[in-house]
Amino acid sequence: MKVFFFHLMPYAEVDLDEVRKVGTSWVKLSNRHYDPEKGAMLYERYLNQLERAEALGFDGIGVNEHHQTAYGMMPSPIVMASSLARRTHRVKICILGSALPLRQHPLTLAEEHAMIDTLTRGRLITGFVRGIGAEYHVFGVDPTSSHERFHEAHDLIIRAWTETGPFEFSGKHYKHRYVNTWPRPYQQPHPPVWIPSQGSQETIDFASHPDRRYTYLQTFSPAAAVKKYLDLYRVRAQEYGYIANDSQLGWAVPIYVGETDESAVAEAKPHFENFRNCFARMPIEFLLPPGYTSRASMKRIAVAKKAMFGDLAIEPAMEMGMMVCGSAATVRDRLIDYYGDMGFGNLIALLQFGTLPAELTDANMDRFASGVMPALQALGERPVEQRRVA
Amino acid sequence: MQKSTETVRDCTVSLLRGGSGPPLLFLHGAGGGGIELPFMTRLAERYDLIAPEHPGFGASDEPDWFDNIHDVAYFYLDFLEHLDLTGVHLAGMSLGGWIAMEVAVRSTARLASLTLVCPAGVHVPGLATGDPFAWSPEETFRQGFHDQEFAKAAIAALPEAVEADDIWLKNRSSFARLAWEPRLHDPHLPKWLHRIDVPTRIVWGDRDNILSAGHAEAIAAMIPGAGVAVVPEAGHFLHIEKADALAAAIGDHAQGA
Repeated sequence: MKVFFFHLMPYAEVDLDEVRKVGTSWVKLSNRHYDPEKGAMLYERYLNQLERAEALGFDGIGVNEHHQTAYGMMPSPIVMASSLARRTHRVKICILGSALPLRQHPLTLAEEHAMIDTLTRGRLITGFVRGIGAEYHVFGVDPTSSHERFHEAHDLIIRAWTETGPFEFSGKHYKHRYVNTWPRPYQQPHPPVWIPSQGSQETIDFASHPDRRYTYLQTFSPAAAVKKYLDLYRVRAQEYGYIANDSQLGWAVPIYVGETDESAVAEAKPHFENFRNCFARMPIEFLLPPGYTSRASMKRIAVAKKAMFGDLAIEPAMEMGMMVCGSAATVRDRLIDYYGDMGFGNLIALLQFGTLPAELTDANMDRFASGVMPALQALGERPVEQRRVA
Repeated sequence: MQKSTETVRDCTVSLLRGGSGPPLLFLHGAGGGGIELPFMTRLAERYDLIAPEHPGFGASDEPDWFDNIHDVAYFYLDFLEHLDLTGVHLAGMSLGGWIAMEVAVRSTARLASLTLVCPAGVHVPGLATGDPFAWSPEETFRQGFHDQEFAKAAIAALPEAVEADDIWLKNRSSFARLAWEPRLHDPHLPKWLHRIDVPTRIVWGDRDNILSAGHAEAIAAMIPGAGVAVVPEAGHFLHIEKADALAAAIGDHAQGA
């Protein structure tokens, strides 16, 4: 298994009472609650953590993109990945991901990712996402065109990377008389593409297609949902006529390793609950703007609204496998169990979440890297019989 | 009024039609149509009232060409031609008022008059607007009505998960397709409003929290000879909270045209 240290870079200094009062940390929470000095301190701390992950033996480090929110201070993952590119030497740098439909000109994204791939001599793992609902309010992109724009931008970027130019691209949403990207990516034909998702059949059909075989990441979901969607990927791959590798699947999950099971829960609890119940909180009008996802999915979520939009404590979250927490031995055994059940070949570990302070994050990273990670990295691809779905 | 359908080229729309008199085409707002409201019953006493559900809304089709407000305007020009109607009194409310303006700047050949009821479509710098896309259904009612008794009744009548209702999802998605970006307006529309050459009246509730009443005079200034009628103590949903006043405002303007 490959193990990645992933950061959301939350604005952990946010006034939580204010977030609760406004009801969300997204779009509507005024940036007068942002302090540039604290922001600079947090950037430095978080980038140091990402850089230290290389020394601790992680296979890669990951950043992502969110806009107008205290949930994550990375409106541009490009900036963070660029900064990390020159300060690391071995690890993969994962952009998980860039929000394609939010770009007016996705060709700029093809250029930026190719630049990072080149200056790291091929250490970039590219991620493509649609951006979350709230971000369609930010950029005024019509959410009903989100899927179309995603697929069109994807085709444009892959063609810009794999075909020599200049050529013309004429889509419904993006039109370029000249596509002729300099630099071309360092990795040939192009950097690996990962698709983070909260789970959708359409996304799985797309990622698992034999022309693509993109690595599919299930993010922040109960373990049962992770298993369900990873199995759906395997089933679809089989229907396409091949057996998916474990390396085509990944799970992104918050993890906290303490000295003991009890101290781990006690230390992580307030910070995880802030992450889940404050930073991630948004009303359904922001999570799911009209047409953002299929009407069938919209209906399922609207019906489950109560459960999804209510508070969640760490104990039931651990029960459901939305969070893995405990001593190193507990966390290791739990993850190995999950691996045996789900076969994710990539673990995207969120070791800082919400308001988790520097010293607890550092301790978490150290315990994870010494007491959990080596056993996971020793796990190889499972034999084909175990990867086949009945 | 009777429910029926009309198929114009590749698109079938559902409509309510009833009453007798000169034809009056009413274009509904973003919340949708398909229901005979009291103001419509009143109008049908004086007019042959035709109230279609827009392409993309209610029981009407969602055609492949449904991309923007201009597509809907051209559809209604085809619709009038298809029914071979002339001397039509065109009235539209909110989103429907916007569509009515987009129709009228393209051609008034089949129109006798235009009544715009708190229409969207024109951005006036400095004037307050609400953002219905940021509101829950409950908040939309609270903001839409001036008289909060109407809001309470509307909220009480909501199904448990209205966000899971098929028609609600369809209408909201089509509303977004037309009005998400730029929000609730067409920046090119003001350039051509001078082309409207039929008697035009603009009706607005003085307590409109979605599109503030100041829009009425601003839009009137762009349409030659347009008059303004302000309905006192009324919010954006004056088709419900001021049904009689609205029916009179539309009916009297059309009659005098």
